[in-house]
Amino acid sequence: MSIEIKELNYIYGKGTPFEKRALSDISLTIDDGEFIGLIGHTGSGKSTLIQHINRLIKPMSGTVCVDGVDINSKSVNLKQLRQSVGLVFQYPEHQLFEMTVFKDVAFGPTNMGLSKEEINTRVKTALSKVGLNDEAFYEKSPFELSGGQKRRVAIAGVLAMEPKVLVLDEPTAGLDPKGRDDILSEIKKLHTETNITIILVSHSMEDIARYVNRIIVMDKGRIELDGTSREIFNNIEKLESMGLGVPQVTYLMKALQEKNIVVEKDAITILEAYEILKELMK
Amino acid sequence: MIRDITIGQYYPSDSIIHKLDPRTKIIATFIYICALFINKYFIGYFATFLFIASIIHISKVPLHFILKGLKAIVVIIILTISINIFFTPGETILVEIWKIRITLEGVILAGLMGIRLILLIIGSSLLTLTTSPISLTDGIEALLKPLEKVNVPAHEIAMMMTIALRFIPILLEETDKIMKAQTARGAEFEEGSIVKRAKSLIPLLVPLFISSFRRAEDLALAMEARCYKGGEGRTKMHQLNYILRDYMTFLISIAYVSMLIIIRLFWGR
Repeated sequence: MSIEIKELNYIYGKGTPFEKRALSDISLTIDDGEFIGLIGHTGSGKSTLIQHINRLIKPMSGTVCVDGVDINSKSVNLKQLRQSVGLVFQYPEHQLFEMTVFKDVAFGPTNMGLSKEEINTRVKTALSKVGLNDEAFYEKSPFELSGGQKRRVAIAGVLAMEPKVLVLDEPTAGLDPKGRDDILSEIKKLHTETNITIILVSHSMEDIARYVNRIIVMDKGRIELDGTSREIFNNIEKLESMGLGVPQVTYLMKALQEKNIVVEKDAITILEAYEILKELMK
Repeated sequence: MIRDITIGQYYPSDSIIHKLDPRTKIIATFIYICALFINKYFIGYFATFLFIASIIHISKVPLHFILKGLKAIVVIIILTISINIFFTPGETILVEIWKIRITLEGVILAGLMGIRLILLIIGSSLLTLTTSPISLTDGIEALLKPLEKVNVPAHEIAMMMTIALRFIPILLEETDKIMKAQTARGAEFEEGSIVKRAKSLIPLLVPLFISSFRRAEDLALAMEARCYKGGEGRTKMHQLNYILRDYMTFLISIAYVSMLIIIRLFWGR
């Protein structure tokens, strides 16, 4: 599913002394099957932007088209829209409420009005997609799981609706390095296997650089940079002026370049740097 | 939707009303509310109206902000007015349908009650609009201090209020967030029968309760880690002191009450 956003504006608390501009003139096209990293400092408008994609927020001006349809026209079936654009919020484990893991994941499909068998298969597939294959989990209370497992259950809750666009708001916030890597590689696997459109919101350049094809950088409600990881990481100064940075290894390679040690290439992942340096050591 | 609730909301500004000592404002509001019940004639309410209007003007709080707070109690006002209209016995009957009689006395009483309620809400919301929650509880604590001699835990009450007030916006935000998260999973909160709607609240309330408990636990731990052990021997960073403008406020309040008493005693004679 493609997404097309045109001149989108949004202001929180309009007409009060607490008025805050969250989005100004956002225009953006996302093609079917893209894996996008949306990056920005806290308060840059990332979360506000993604909530527009399934109309949890109505734009003050501008349009949002999903699959060529303006989602703010009255004829749009909201349930259908929210099923095809799955949104995983920050700390999604805070929304768990059911008695068992199985029931919680089944909440979305049940709301869609699917048959019992269909719900069963969907829940099982969704849980296995996030690496919780063991049937022992099904009947456990979601509240007795570890932090990382809770997060997976919550993500599975959205996956079970089989969305065609998956938006994840900081899916790795507060997880340990292993939990973070596991979740990110599961998301990557999901993308390669099903080729759905994925938007990954994060403020960690390291996470994003390793997995996504395209990066969009937001600052103060505007899109500042948009391009491939390599293009983005060439703008070190601009990124730093927004309170962001580039991956550590990119800094390292830049420093080596300045000393004329590695001449040709930039590296944005540790693996790339490793290959370049190995070549050099020979 | 939830963000629109304004009762108890603070409107920052630099007016003289904002700068008054919170104790002064609490006492003055209390006097104002009691004085409302002195009024018996329209003229008294008119004087009250002029008084509160000029305070609103001085406070620099935009009028629509105050009116927004009234929206929340429209139902109560309408209920009060209609009960008074329909059930006040009187001599001058205006309309009579079946057993229901609308009397002139009833209409007048209903009007007065409505005005009284509106003025009451405006006055008290003006207190919270011009006083930040922190200084409000500071004021309450200071006012309750003398009662500590009869074992009223003034500091603890104030601390509980501070925490409760502090958590209102957080919980509202949290509710908003969870609602959105469940909506994204296809939940509906505003459709269906009453039973269905009540059931649809479970996915909202369970996470909300859990997160409130988690927050409460974290807060208790953080307070203990900073050696909080109640009010005894605790000093304040900002000491409350009455200054000239506070004494002026008291003078004005007394003058205002005296005026209303005079109106009540001598009007209509």
